Amino acid sequence: MIRQLTASLEFHGQSLLLRAERQRLIASNIANADTPGYKARDFNFADALRTATGSAGPGEGIAAGVMSPGGRLRPDLRHALASQVHLDSNTVDMDRERASFADNAVKYESTLRFINGSVRTVLDAMKSPGQP
Amino acid sequence: MSMLRIFDVAGSAVSAQSQRLNVVASNLANADTVAGPDGSAYKARQVVFQTVMLGRRQGADDPASAGVTVSTVTESQAPGRRVHDPRHPSADAEGYVTYSNVSPVEEMVNMISASRSYQNNIEVMNTARSLLLKTLQVGQ
Repeated sequence: MIRQLTASLEFHGQSLLLRAERQRLIASNIANADTPGYKARDFNFADALRTATGSAGPGEGIAAGVMSPGGRLRPDLRHALASQVHLDSNTVDMDRERASFADNAVKYESTLRFINGSVRTVLDAMKSPGQP
Repeated sequence: MSMLRIFDVAGSAVSAQSQRLNVVASNLANADTVAGPDGSAYKARQVVFQTVMLGRRQGADDPASAGVTVSTVTESQAPGRRVHDPRHPSADAEGYVTYSNVSPVEEMVNMISASRSYQNNIEVMNTARSLLLKTLQVGQ
């Protein structure tokens, strides 16, 4: 019973971990914007989440019960192509990295709100009828 | 808490960029230095950045925490600016004074680039900080 209550929490937990991982990756790209020869990296969030949770979306995976709690998240990293080539073969596209960083931060925060909502729902369900 | 590593990454970048700003400041300060008795004037310096891996995961370098460090500081080997001024106390036998090889325009561009990168990394740290503080409030 409690497993069903916290299943959606697990999905969002995995999603939050991946968001944190991506945030760190983009921070590394921004930090190395002036390093000669550095290749910018990123990963496909949808694919990584699908691999991490073994599902196509929050509904399906939970119903099938294929989520693995504590499974290692290892998104496969790809090299990003620069829209403009630098002479020092650095491929960090600052505009794109800034946009991805802001986008990822907003999505991290929304995942946090989903988690907060689920936690509140579970807590409400655990309250006895008489309790305010 | 992989987000905490962002402070290491952005912090290393901020420190590298501030070292670059320091070098630009020395170059600009010495833009009009003349050659001493040994005949060699101040040479413009440049920092060289290098990626440094800050984290390890499962025995291998974690590509997601790539910081920056200044590997070397190189000196420009371009010839210094020579000006004909026989009455200058540092003039050589032919009446030429050798100034440093600093190009103020290049240094100003370098300074703007360094300060923008510095700002970018500070912003990364601010965003990570606010996200972490919000993460701490989960369930409250």
